Amino acid sequence: MTVATDDLETLLDRAASGIAFDGLCIEESDDGYSLETPANEWTGLDEDELRRALDAADEYVTNWRYWQERVGGEGTARRAFLRWCERAPLADAESDDATTGPWSESGEGDANAGQDSLAVPERYDALRDGIDREWGQLSVTARFVDVEDPDGERVYDLWHVDDADSDIAELEVYDDPRDARELATYDDDGRYRPLKTAPTLPAGWAFTGLSGADLVETVEFFYPATVANWHRELRGNLDVDHWLETAERQTGIYDVIDELPREAVEWMAEACCVDSQCLRRREWQYEEGDELDADGGDGPFPCREPCSLVVAAARKWTTLESETEHTYELELTTSELNQLEELIDAVADGRTDEIREADVYDGANRYRARYLRAKRFDDDGNLGARQVDE
Amino acid sequence: MQALVIAAHGSHLNPDASDPTYAHADTIRETGAFDEVREAFWKEEPHFREVIRTLESDEVFVVPLFISEGYFTEEVIPRELRFEDWDPDKWESDGTSASQATVEAEDVGKTIHYCGPVGTHDAMTDVIVQRAETATEDPDVGEGFGLSVVGHGTDRNENSAKAIEYHSDRIAERDRFDEVKALFMDEEPEVDDVTDYFESEDIVVVPLFIADGYHTQEDIPEDMGLTEDYRLGWDVPADVDGHRVWYTGAVGTEDLMADVVLERAADAGADIGDAREAVRELAASVADPEPSAGAGAGD
Ligand code: SF4
Repeated sequence: MTVATDDLETLLDRAASGIAFDGLCIEESDDGYSLETPANEWTGLDEDELRRALDAADEYVTNWRYWQERVGGEGTARRAFLRWCERAPLADAESDDATTGPWSESGEGDANAGQDSLAVPERYDALRDGIDREWGQLSVTARFVDVEDPDGERVYDLWHVDDADSDIAELEVYDDPRDARELATYDDDGRYRPLKTAPTLPAGWAFTGLSGADLVETVEFFYPATVANWHRELRGNLDVDHWLETAERQTGIYDVIDELPREAVEWMAEACCVDSQCLRRREWQYEEGDELDADGGDGPFPCREPCSLVVAAARKWTTLESETEHTYELELTTSELNQLEELIDAVADGRTDEIREADVYDGANRYRARYLRAKRFDDDGNLGARQVDE
Repeated sequence: MQALVIAAHGSHLNPDASDPTYAHADTIRETGAFDEVREAFWKEEPHFREVIRTLESDEVFVVPLFISEGYFTEEVIPRELRFEDWDPDKWESDGTSASQATVEAEDVGKTIHYCGPVGTHDAMTDVIVQRAETATEDPDVGEGFGLSVVGHGTDRNENSAKAIEYHSDRIAERDRFDEVKALFMDEEPEVDDVTDYFESEDIVVVPLFIADGYHTQEDIPEDMGLTEDYRLGWDVPADVDGHRVWYTGAVGTEDLMADVVLERAADAGADIGDAREAVRELAASVADPEPSAGAGAGD
């Protein structure tokens, strides 16, 4: 392969002010040009010699063109995300402020950032087959447009992680980022998904051959603001707002939520924010220096403050927690007590749909629940527990 | 680069609440007037809190897709978008005249033009009239017709009633309809008694709401006596006390709303080229007279 003439011309234009990118280094001095890649070094080249040398370093040249001329956006989240997609070194991760948080599943955010990233020749090999990365329930593949004779131009495919092994012919194929909005609105049971990062994204679709800009837009329709906040975390400036700050900021009907007891905030985080319920990695705590015990999850993108769903639910819990406790007395067999626990577990784990019709061994089976109700509820539909304090 | 952010309420319960926001944002995307267009919500994502950081543009126009100045536009949106030193007085508004204020947000180094809500813009008057046209499927509707603009009323804040009255007065001045009357859900004059307020046999009722929800699709149709039960739907027009009442749904779903959003941004200094003409043509060409009766509940 030879480097396209326009690429060379652009490169020569830029060479005067020096180029240092992804292992490609070109400088112009009084002795002519010097060209350096990790594998080779040439000095004192005239323009023709430089052209020939660049032909020998074609991967570095087309890589430079793709990132500097095509993607651009130095310092933007969009660019960093696209770099991450192909395991390229992330400029932002090398700064002193860079996070040490677990911002990616492979731990690239830590001090070993460079180790897992790929240099140009390895990346070029990998891009021929496609490089896969996971972002929540999204699987992103970066690949060359032209596999036989790559000119550096990349495109991106996106589908559900559960479809990784599906035949593309079986998937509904889309190319407009806005289609992601529809796909993200309902779960497999047709229920509305108010929390976009809930792990209930339906499968069965694919976006193929997206440009970098369209890929980022599509990902942002599936998981809004995750790329921006991931990038902030990467640069060490994620602005986390902890529970108390967020609660105290509220007004109107949510004004009350700062009265929610600390232990209730703990239960709330355990109820809503663990990975089985939300793929954002909870970084907010009760307040600065006062961490919650609940598992925050370990996904690539952070949650920087309690979301609107948690704020709305907190209002309900604040009301409920303001009630006083009582001691009740009611008659149950040991198995019936166990069954109550099974029922709560089944609802909390979203398991009720999976319980087989005739599986009367499961305490949350519908017949078992109906039987318990028939036996223990009075004519008014109450459990008939007697309050024994006061 | 310039970006447009359409700030709307959204819902945790009703997936249709954000439809008008998406539709108007898409219309504006098609015009290419802005480098970036984003929807942002109080109850959906991207949340107000995190939308500005998703933009690469350094100049941002924020247009609230709300009916009136009040709690959301004066307090919630500025706080959640982290405007520095925000004060509603920056709008210098009498309750319906907010145009724009230039502010900075604490978490991003960008200039933000915070516009008044769509509901109080003069262009909204045209959208109400257009809704009367689509509801009656008559582009010349007016003669022999009464028109009622319906809103919440004062229980939330007094500016909500002001916006309703503002547009009613403007439509009345045009002498197009025989009678024009502002009616409310929570105060006198009440929409329940709509037929008492009109002599005209035909009455078009246009609810000044952004999205369809239980107010526009359950309460108002039942209160006016269009139907016993909203789930059964209603006729357009429906016979009530010897009048024919033409009622469809929230004015915010009208295609021409995209034009109001654009005007708000243009008033604040956005360079929108000929996008308005494109949107107006599009809105005129889309004949969508189908009544959207019976949508789901709001939150
Ligand atoms: S607050 Fe909890 S549920 Fe909400 S987005 Fe963050 S991690 Fe998810």
